[in-house]
Amino acid sequence: MHVLFALGPGEAAFEAFETAFERAAVADDSLTVAVYGDAAERERVSASASECLASADVEWELREVDAEPAPALVELAEREGIDRIVLPGGERSPMGKIQLDSVAEFVLLNATMTVTLIR
Amino acid sequence: MTGADVPADFPTPPREFTDAEDREVVVDRADADALEALVEMYIDFDPGDRAQGIPPVEEGQIREWLDAILSAEGFNVVAWHGDRAVGHATLVPDDAGTYELAIFVLDDFQGARIGTELVKALLGWAQSAGVEDVWLTVERWNDPAIRLYKKVGFETTDAQSFEMEMAIRL
Repeated sequence: MHVLFALGPGEAAFEAFETAFERAAVADDSLTVAVYGDAAERERVSASASECLASADVEWELREVDAEPAPALVELAEREGIDRIVLPGGERSPMGKIQLDSVAEFVLLNATMTVTLIR
Repeated sequence: MTGADVPADFPTPPREFTDAEDREVVVDRADADALEALVEMYIDFDPGDRAQGIPPVEEGQIREWLDAILSAEGFNVVAWHGDRAVGHATLVPDDAGTYELAIFVLDDFQGARIGTELVKALLGWAQSAGVEDVWLTVERWNDPAIRLYKKVGFETTDAQSFEMEMAIRL
């Protein structure tokens, strides 16, 4: 299966990414990692992600998304024939409520393939 | 001055009242001593009434979540029917010096004014302790909750996403 992981800035997102690529290795999926955020964030996150992926036994490629991330992610997934989009599942408020960010919400509503949120 | 510029005066706990189903209910301040009663309440909680992932379902997670909330320098009020906790409202501080509000009422006790009394008493206590800004998020389709929040004075501050954000200034 060809999986697209949407990797934005933030620690929680990167933890979800680590879960996703471990899973991809087990399931023998090929992984496209789409990094979004501002230019400086993308550079930093791409470097850390490449480092993780280099040591993992998984077929992967890394893309940077510099357009409005949510529609760009959905478009990329459609163009590349992605089977499943995987996203970090949102932050928690002080109370513990899950809050989906606007990227997750757009992708959930507009993707034509399966979407998995990692919590 | 009139209108929204003047913060409402909320009553402070404890509050005794008869609910819409003729049940005697007391809303009172709560701390860690209420833990066991609240654990029981949340074990009984209808999973369909959960909102945005809380309360947790499994007892261990319920305890962990309550431990954090009851010790978070926040404010907690519980609605008691006899020695049974049937409702809980809480204010949890965030990093910005404001407070996030949430409220939970057991299924059999919903629609009987208990939620309104809980929120008013909680806001009254917080107001008297100097809290100025309270916010919450609520799922857009949760009409009973949104009606309750509007009635006590919350105003919508962000309606862009699945969850609507509302706030009140005390």
